[in-house]
Order: sequence, then structure tokens, then C-alpha cells
Amino acid sequence: MIVVGLTLAFGLWHKASRSRITAKKATLTPVLTETELGQAFGSRATFVQFSSAFCSPCRATKALLTEVTADLPDVVHVDIDAESHLHLIRRLSINSTPTTLILNRDGVEVGRAVGAPKRDQVLAALAAIL
Amino acid sequence: MTFTQANSTAVSIPSVTLIDARGPRFGAAITSIILAIALVAHSPVVIAISFAFFLIGAIRGPQFTPQGLFFKKFVKPRLSGETPTEDARPPRFAQQVGLAFTVVALVAGVASWSAVFTVAVALCLAAALLNAVFNFCLGCEIYLLSVRLRSR
Repeated sequence: MIVVGLTLAFGLWHKASRSRITAKKATLTPVLTETELGQAFGSRATFVQFSSAFCSPCRATKALLTEVTADLPDVVHVDIDAESHLHLIRRLSINSTPTTLILNRDGVEVGRAVGAPKRDQVLAALAAIL
Repeated sequence: MTFTQANSTAVSIPSVTLIDARGPRFGAAITSIILAIALVAHSPVVIAISFAFFLIGAIRGPQFTPQGLFFKKFVKPRLSGETPTEDARPPRFAQQVGLAFTVVALVAGVASWSAVFTVAVALCLAAALLNAVFNFCLGCEIYLLSVRLRSR
């Protein structure tokens, strides 16, 4: 009973913590360079998604972000294999996949989605970046 | 690796097996029941059954475990709606983690290390329950951490 109770409590907490995009405090420091990213930042925003092989929600997130950014020429989506970029993972404190950083045009992290975000959350996060 | 790398475009994926995403979750519910019985009865025999199921899932994939076969034959035909699919590797990774826990529990059970047995079964039950109730993705949470720790 204790095991079941603790498990369910953890599950509820976990679910709550993963179902939102956290806004970052305004800083001016880019978290990544375009060289590290392997391409230029979007002129409005860039989604930097970190994925791993043993992760089902990563596929769903990739499909969603690819679809959302398809019609938006000023927003870029980059999917990075976490395992082969451990230096970035450590520097950016990424502990689980999928984690998606939302960068503004200067590469400053303005939001972060841990776990698979929902479509309206992604659109709301984009709307906040002018 | 499966995903597009940062500095290259589309990397082709060699033969990803897609399975019904509801199957592993159903399997985890059955696994939870077996593990709960093992925990309450403190029974190495019941853990041996769970171990055998995890062994099949870890080697061949979750769709070949007895729960997986039962799901395919009896549960799936009764489900309506679009079939959500997923890559078979994440749930297979979870089966391998389950296997590791049940190996410890089995050894502890046979050797009569009561506390070790209880802790191993309880952790395994917790993981299986999270999977069944919340669709928890074990691979998402611990795989990256394990890679980070190993390469330190």
C-alpha cells in the first residue's frame, strides 16, 4: 500500500511538472551559438529539441514541432540527439528527453518544455515572442 | 541514432519496429499485479514468473511477452478508434530495466535476503505502476541520466 501510494503521488507530481512550458527570466546571454546548433537561428524563434532513442514522446514532439514550424519561415526547429551531445546536455542542465528550449532570435533561452508539449502551449509560447 | 543530428540533415532510420502504443501499457498493468502479489506474498516463485516475462520482453520486445500476446489476441480486437503506434525500442528498454530489478529480486529471494528482495520488488512495482497509470516513459527519464553518469 505504501509503495502504491508513493508511486501514485510521484506520478501526479511528475505529470503536473511535465505538462507546462516554463518561461525563463529575462537574460541577455545566448545559451547556444549558431556554430553549436549547426545552423542559423530563426529570425523570430528557434526550437531546440533534445531527443534520445528510448523515448516515445520525442517522436510525437518532433512531429508536432515540425508541423508547427512548417508554415513559419521565421521559426526554426532543430532536433538534437542528446546522447551524442553530452557537453551541451551538461551545460544546459538537460536531465530527461524530450526537452525543448525555446530561443529568441539572439539565441537567448526564453522558455523550456520538459516532456512533450501540447500544440496550444507551443503556439502560446511562440505568440509571446514578438 | 534515430534522430536528426544538429549538424546534418535527415539521418535515415534503419527498420524501426512500430507497435501498438497501448500494448506495453496494458502489459505494465498485468506486470504490476504480478509484482504486487510477489511483494505481498514475499514469493521468489512469483518473481521468477515476472523475471521470465521481462526476459522475453527484453530480448524479443514487449509485443512477444505473454501480456503482449494476450493484448494482441483478446484486447486489441475490442478497442476502437485509431491505433496509436510507437517505436518498440523505448518499451523494450523499460523491459530491460525491469529485468535488471527482477534479477536482483530473484537472487535475493533465493538467498533469503529479505530486505533486498522487498526493495527490489517495490521499485520494480513502482516503475510498472507509473507506466500503467501515467504512461510513464522510463527511457525518457533515466536513459540520458545513465549515459551522463557513465561518461563522467
